Amino acid sequence: MIRPRTYRILLSIVAAVFSLSAHAAWNNPYPSADRDRNILYAAFRERPKHLDPARSYSSNEYEFIAQVYEPPFQYHYLKRPYALAPLTAVAVPKPVYLDRQGRRLPQDAPAQTISYSVYEIRIRPGVYYQPHPAFARDDKGDLRYQALTERELGGVYAISDFSKAGTRELVAADYVYQIKRLAHPKLHSPILSVMQDYIVGLKDYVATLKRAHAEVAQGREEGVYLDLTRYPLAGVEAVDRYTYRVKINGKYPQILYWMAMPFFAPMPPEADHFFSQPGMAQKNLTLDWYPVGTGPYMLTVNNPNRRMVLERNPNFRDERYPAEGEPEDAAEGLFADAGKRLPFIDKVMFSLEKENIPYWSKFLQGYYDRSGVLTESFDQAIRFSGSGDTEVSEAMQGKGIHLLTSVASSTYYLGFNMLDPVVGGLSERARKLRQAVSIAIDYEEQISIFRNGRGIAAQGPLPPGIFGYEEGCAGMNPYVYDCVDGTPRRKPIEAARRLLAESGYPDGQDAKTGKPLLLYFDTAATGPEEKAKLDWMTKQLRKLDVQLVVRATDYNTFQKKMRQGEAQLFEWGWNADYPDPENFLFLLYGPNKKVGADGENAANYDDPGFNRLFERVKNMDNGPERLALIRKMLDITRRDAPWAWGTHPKLFLLEHAWVYNTKPNTMANNTLKYLRLEPRLRAQQREAWNRPVVWPMLAVLGLVALAVVPAVIAWRRRERGAAR
Amino acid sequence: MIAYIVRRILYAIPILLGVNLITFALFFFVNSPDDMARIHLGVKRVTPEAIAKWKEDRGFTRPLLYNAAAQGTAKLKDTIFYQHSLRLFVFEFGRAEDNRDIGREIAERMWPSLAIALPTFLVGVLVYITFALLLAFFRGTYLDTWGVVLCVAMMSVSVLFYVIGGQYLMSKLWHLVPISGYDDTGLLAFKFLTLPVVVGVVGSIGANARLYRSFFLEEIGKDYVRTARAKGLSEPRVLFQHVLKNAMIPILTGVVVVIPSLFIGSLIFESFFGIPGLGSYTIDAIHSQDFFVVRAMVFLGSVLYIVGLILTDISYTLVDPRVRLE
Repeated sequence: MIRPRTYRILLSIVAAVFSLSAHAAWNNPYPSADRDRNILYAAFRERPKHLDPARSYSSNEYEFIAQVYEPPFQYHYLKRPYALAPLTAVAVPKPVYLDRQGRRLPQDAPAQTISYSVYEIRIRPGVYYQPHPAFARDDKGDLRYQALTERELGGVYAISDFSKAGTRELVAADYVYQIKRLAHPKLHSPILSVMQDYIVGLKDYVATLKRAHAEVAQGREEGVYLDLTRYPLAGVEAVDRYTYRVKINGKYPQILYWMAMPFFAPMPPEADHFFSQPGMAQKNLTLDWYPVGTGPYMLTVNNPNRRMVLERNPNFRDERYPAEGEPEDAAEGLFADAGKRLPFIDKVMFSLEKENIPYWSKFLQGYYDRSGVLTESFDQAIRFSGSGDTEVSEAMQGKGIHLLTSVASSTYYLGFNMLDPVVGGLSERARKLRQAVSIAIDYEEQISIFRNGRGIAAQGPLPPGIFGYEEGCAGMNPYVYDCVDGTPRRKPIEAARRLLAESGYPDGQDAKTGKPLLLYFDTAATGPEEKAKLDWMTKQLRKLDVQLVVRATDYNTFQKKMRQGEAQLFEWGWNADYPDPENFLFLLYGPNKKVGADGENAANYDDPGFNRLFERVKNMDNGPERLALIRKMLDITRRDAPWAWGTHPKLFLLEHAWVYNTKPNTMANNTLKYLRLEPRLRAQQREAWNRPVVWPMLAVLGLVALAVVPAVIAWRRRERGAAR
Repeated sequence: MIAYIVRRILYAIPILLGVNLITFALFFFVNSPDDMARIHLGVKRVTPEAIAKWKEDRGFTRPLLYNAAAQGTAKLKDTIFYQHSLRLFVFEFGRAEDNRDIGREIAERMWPSLAIALPTFLVGVLVYITFALLLAFFRGTYLDTWGVVLCVAMMSVSVLFYVIGGQYLMSKLWHLVPISGYDDTGLLAFKFLTLPVVVGVVGSIGANARLYRSFFLEEIGKDYVRTARAKGLSEPRVLFQHVLKNAMIPILTGVVVVIPSLFIGSLIFESFFGIPGLGSYTIDAIHSQDFFVVRAMVFLGSVLYIVGLILTDISYTLVDPRVRLE
C-alpha cells in the first residue's frame, strides 16, 4: 500500500515533468540563455589541421580562416560569372608590363614580350586588426607580451588567458611579410612550388631563409623567431604605408586570383613574434591554431575537439552588403539588405559532428541552421517535380526549409593512363578505344543512381562558371554526344561498338589473337558502399563485351601506382583553385605529367598541339581570341579522350526559414558576413518541434512494475510453501 | 606483495617494447614515410621537395631500426624507432601531426572520456549485479526464464543498434535529451551524458547479467549456502550477505581490469555521440595515419591494461583472504 505522502510526492514529480515538457525543449544542445541570440549554428566534420594562412589549403579550414583573414581581393558575392572585387584593397589593380630592360609595355603587349608584370596594390586606410594580446601595450607604450617569461606563461592555456589586448592599423608591410612567410623553411606552404616560379626572387629567398633560420635556431626546434623584415624579397616591397608592389615573372594574370586566397592575407609581425616565443608551442599556442586578422569575425573559442566559435570583430571596418548582382537576385530577396553594414550575425558556433544521423537530426530539430543533403536522407528531403526539377519534400516545406543548388567548380573524371600500352598513346587505334569506352560509360545514369541527380555529365574538363564552358550543343563533346533537338544526347552503344571494332577489338575481342579485351580499373575505393559503384562500372563496359577487372587497393598503393604510371583506368578529380580555365586545362598539359614530373596531369596526357595552345592560352586575358583557342584545345582533348569526362557535381544546400541572404558561391569562402538570421522565429520553431514526450518512460516503468508484482507474489508463495 | 608488483612491472617492460615494435612495424613497413607525407600534405600540389621537407622535419630520414653509418650506441639511437618510440617509456608523447602536444591533448581529452565511461561503468556494474541477483532470486520462476531469454536477445544485438535506437527514441522521437554533443557545465553536462550512459548500460546488460547470474547460481548450490538457509536466514540475506560476497571474485576479474582503461574511452560511443574524448582521438589518428598519436595511444592503452591486471591481482587479496601474492 502506497502511503499518502509518498503518493503526493510521486504525483508532484509527474506533474513537474509534464509542466516542464510543456515549455522548454529538453533536447536543446545549447544553453537556454542563448535562446534568442543572433548566433548561427553550424557543424564541422573534421578538425582543421592548419589555420595558418601560409599553410591552410582545405575547404574545411577556409571555413574558419576566410572569416578572419582578409587578402586584398575577394569574389563578388552576387555577381556571376565569378568576378574579383576589392576587399582590403582600394581596387583590383591593372598590371604594369615590363620588358627585360624594365621598359614599360602596353597593356595589349604579346605575352612572350613581357618579362615582368608589376602589381601595385593600394589598401584602404583605417582597417584595424581584431583585439589580440600580440598588440597589447603597457603604460610606456611598449608591446606588453613580446618578451614573456616562463612565470608569465605559467597560468596561460588559451589566448583569452592574457588579460590585455590591443590592436593596430593594417599596413602594406603586413602583406609583404605574409608573402615572405610562404618561403619560411618551417611552414611548408603548399603553394610555394607554384609561387616561386612567378614571384620574382622567391626561389632565392627560400635558400636565404633556410640559412638564416639555421643561424637563428642554433639547433633549437621551438621558440625560434625569424624576423622576416630583416630579409628583403626582391619581387615584393612595401611602397608606402598603404601600398605594396608584387613583381611577377612574365605575364601571369591568375596571380590576382591567388591574391584572393588566404595565402596572401596580411600577417602582422607582432603576431608571428608573439607566437614564436619559447613555451608557447608547448601550450598549443601557435599561429597555426589562433588566427589574427582584420576580418568580420575572430576565432574566440578554438577547441577543435568540440567547438569552434567565431565572434564579431569589434574593430571591423565599415563594409556594406552589395547592391549589384544578377537580375534574378532581386526576386530571391538578395537585395533586401543592400547597403547595410556587415556582418549581420554576432556569433557563429561550429560544433564537431562526425556522424550523419545526429547531424541530420539536429538540422531537422532546428539546432543547425543549414545542412547539405546527405545520401541517406535524400528521399526524405528532396523530391523531383513533374518537370524533373528538384525541390524540397512536403515534410521539409512544412518546416519552411528551402533548397539552394549550384554546380560546383569541380570535375570528377575517369582517366586513361596515356602511358599504358593498351589504352594509352595517341594512335588512332587507342583513341577510338578510349572514345568507345567514353560513350559506354553512361554518366547520366551514374548521376541518377548514385548521386540522386546531383550533378551534370561533363563535356570536357571545364565546369560551368569557368570561362570557356559553353552550354548546350555549342559546348558538346561531339565524340560522345549527338545534338538532338538542341540538347546533347549520349551516342547509342552501337556507335561505341563500331569504334571498338575499328580499334581492333570487334565484340570486345582482340582481332589478332581472338582473346577477350581485359581492362583494369584501379581504385582506392574498397568499402562496401563502393561495391555497387564498381559493379556499375563493370556493367558499363560489359555493354561492349569488354571485361573490366577492378583492382581495388589501399590509398597509398593506389597513389604509388599513379605516380609510377602503373594504373590503367582510374578515377580522379579536381576542385578549382580559381575560376580560370588555366586551372583546369593545366591538368592535361604534358610537362605537368604525374609520371616523371610529379604533376597534376594524372592521365599523363602529352599532346604537342594541346601543349602549344596551353602555353598561349594560360596567360591570356579572357576574350574572343582566348575563347577560340580554348575551343581548339577542347576539341583536341575530346578527340584524344584522355579522360572519359565524368561529372560536375551539383551542390544542394538546405536552409531553415530564419536564414536569409544565402547565394551559393563555390569560389568565395568569406560568405558568413552576408548571412542574416531571425533568431526569434528559430526559438519558436525549435520549441514547437521539440516538445518532450514523457509518457513512454512512464509506460516502461509501469510495465516493469507489472512484470515484477506477479513474480514477487509467486516467490512469496514459494517461500511460504512446504520444503520440497 | 610489493616484490610481486615490482616483478609484474618488470615483466611489463618487454611487453610494452613488443607492443611498440609491432605498432612501429605496422606503420613503417606497411606505409613508407613518403606515403605518410603524401597523406598529410594533401592531394593538391604535393612536390617531392615538400615531401623531403616533411620527412626531414619529423626525423623520418633516419634508418628505421639500425643505423649502420653511425658509431657506437648511435647505431641504435640514431634511428626512427629509438627517437620516436622509446621516449614513450618516460611518457614523452611528443607532438601530433597537427603540431599539437599529445600529452596535453591526452590530459584534456581524458576528462570527457571519463565523464562517460565512469558513470556507465558504475551504474552498469550496479545494474548488472542487481539484475543478475534478481534473476537468481527469482530462479525457477517465469521471470528468470524470460529474463535469461531477454539477456540472450540483448547480447545478440550489435551495440550500434542500441546507439542508433537510443538516439532515435530518446532524442528524435521523444525529444528528451540532445542526440549528440558534449558540455562540461552544469545541467548541460547532465543532458549530454544521459543518453550515452543509458545506452552504454542497456547495451551491456544482456551479456553481463547473464554471466553474473551464472556466478550467483554456482555459489547458491554450495554447501555454505545450504547451511545458511538451514540456520533460518532469509533468502535476501543469503543472497546479499553470503552469495554476493563469494561471487565477487569472478566478477572482479572482469571489472577491475577495465577500470584503468576507462581513461582511454570508447571508440564507438565517442564517435557517435560526439564526445571529444580519447576514443575519438584514437579513431581520428588512425583515419589520418597520425603515427605519433596512434603509437602514444597504443602505448597508453597497453600500460593501462597492465595496470588493470595488477590491480585485479591485488583486489583478489582484498576480497579473498586465502589469496596471497608472492
